[in-house]
Amino acid sequence: MSQSSANQTPRVIVSWAIVGIPLAYGFVQTLKNALHIFTG
Amino acid sequence: MAALSFLDRQHTVAPAGYSRWLIPPAALAVHMCIGQVYATSVYKVSLINDFGASEKSIGYIFSLAIVMLGLSAAVFGKWVDLGGPRRAMFTSACCWGLGFLVAALGISSGQLWLVYLGYGVLGGIGLGIGYISPVSTLMKWFPDRPGLATGMAIMGFGGGAMIASPLSTSLLSHFGTATHPLKPDGTPNLTVSVFDADTVAKLFVTLGIVYFVVMMFGVFTVRVPAPGWHPVHWDPAQHKPKALQTAAHVSASNAIKTPQFWLLWVVLLCNVTAGIGILENAAPMIQDFFRNDDGSSELTSNAANVGLVAAGFVGLLSIFNMGGRFVWSTVSDLLGRKVNYVIYLGVGTALYFVLATVGSSSVAMFVAVCVVIISFYGGGFSTVPAYLRDLFGTFQVGAIHGRLLTAWSVAGVLGPLIVNGILDHAAEGKPCKSVVNAVTGATVKVCPVKDGKLQPGFLDAGDYRLAMLIMVGVLIVGFIANLLIRPVDARFHESGPIVDAVDAAH
Repeated sequence: MSQSSANQTPRVIVSWAIVGIPLAYGFVQTLKNALHIFTG
Repeated sequence: MAALSFLDRQHTVAPAGYSRWLIPPAALAVHMCIGQVYATSVYKVSLINDFGASEKSIGYIFSLAIVMLGLSAAVFGKWVDLGGPRRAMFTSACCWGLGFLVAALGISSGQLWLVYLGYGVLGGIGLGIGYISPVSTLMKWFPDRPGLATGMAIMGFGGGAMIASPLSTSLLSHFGTATHPLKPDGTPNLTVSVFDADTVAKLFVTLGIVYFVVMMFGVFTVRVPAPGWHPVHWDPAQHKPKALQTAAHVSASNAIKTPQFWLLWVVLLCNVTAGIGILENAAPMIQDFFRNDDGSSELTSNAANVGLVAAGFVGLLSIFNMGGRFVWSTVSDLLGRKVNYVIYLGVGTALYFVLATVGSSSVAMFVAVCVVIISFYGGGFSTVPAYLRDLFGTFQVGAIHGRLLTAWSVAGVLGPLIVNGILDHAAEGKPCKSVVNAVTGATVKVCPVKDGKLQPGFLDAGDYRLAMLIMVGVLIVGFIANLLIRPVDARFHESGPIVDAVDAAH
């Protein structure tokens, strides 16, 4: 049984984007905040 | 009900060719929403102000949610395994979303009990069911890499707070205007923002709706593999199990009769208690460790930035908490779960001892030690489902995981109790200070404990030492418990052919 067919690739990309974009937003915001520890 | 037939198990079985890489985003959608529970500090002061309640009363909202998380995961675990992930995720989305709406009603009407009921009870049930809902499904889709699979989902729980914190701050500023409480010297405390009840209620309504929609994406995306499915490159017959990995299955009812379950319960309890010991007090702790005798800070030459640096430290801990969940769990597929916990608890013990003894000698060392300990804390959460699968098989691993999470609830009470109890005791012995109010010119007396709450600026690194050494002891207990874990006795194994709870529907 194939575990991944080519026609599912766009769906996989969109699905990861739906969760990945907010996670990236949270990561960047937290990193900006965290940089204060190095910059004082 | 016909409208809800999409939740039925027969509608969740993946068709041939369904990509297993669609399952982690479905799980992440749920976990990153419920991870908001660790971002409550954004509006905590506003709620204290709006309700005119004590910090403890507002703190109970969060504590209640965590206790309900453990209880609901334990009580509904079997129901989650039997009904499959879609029904569980849908229930979680309803409880979590509705919890915010009920809490919003409580905030706008000034009824604190509605916030307890909404966010604490309803939301807490959503948390518990949501937390365990995708875990066993992920391990079935990734039998070759269960640590990686659960690491991806449980990383989302850590990431959820990182999203919710800046998002909530932006939304609050969009809906209303912040006021800042005055410090004892009469200047406004710009690191604390207070919003009125209507603004916080609007935030809750928005979050409730947004989280429901995002979680529904997970509901519609998740699938269980068809019976007998396995990845093309991975043949279960050729798979050589690592030490402690069983091919047998243990039911949830039998699992709690085994010493292995309770040893792992102690392991999780100790690992979480030690992590909470730092997480709970991270911002004041770094300031107290690096305050000079004259009151100036080693953290920064600009006294006005001390709060920002402390907040930066909290942010850094969040990043390592999230990263540890993914990295350590993935590593456990290579090292084996027991070795991972030897690292979390053994190295964690040594690092906590370093913090207790020479933690205040260098800011860089202090930060480095804390972030590693927090990565172990995160890793402990994400590695435990795979550890359970190794010991008890996949038959009812969701239900067993749910029961194990009661250790988290206990740790949520125990960790703060140890640390806050010791710090409160240390502060009570300190003399009051006189502070000149910059606005009125009057001298104000500031004491270490006001209205039962510890005031900043009174403690130093030495006051934390006892709490840190107790955490060393807690970690040693966990370390020994982990070493005592052996394979489960065969008398607890299910006899005859095992039909997975979800497969049984076919």
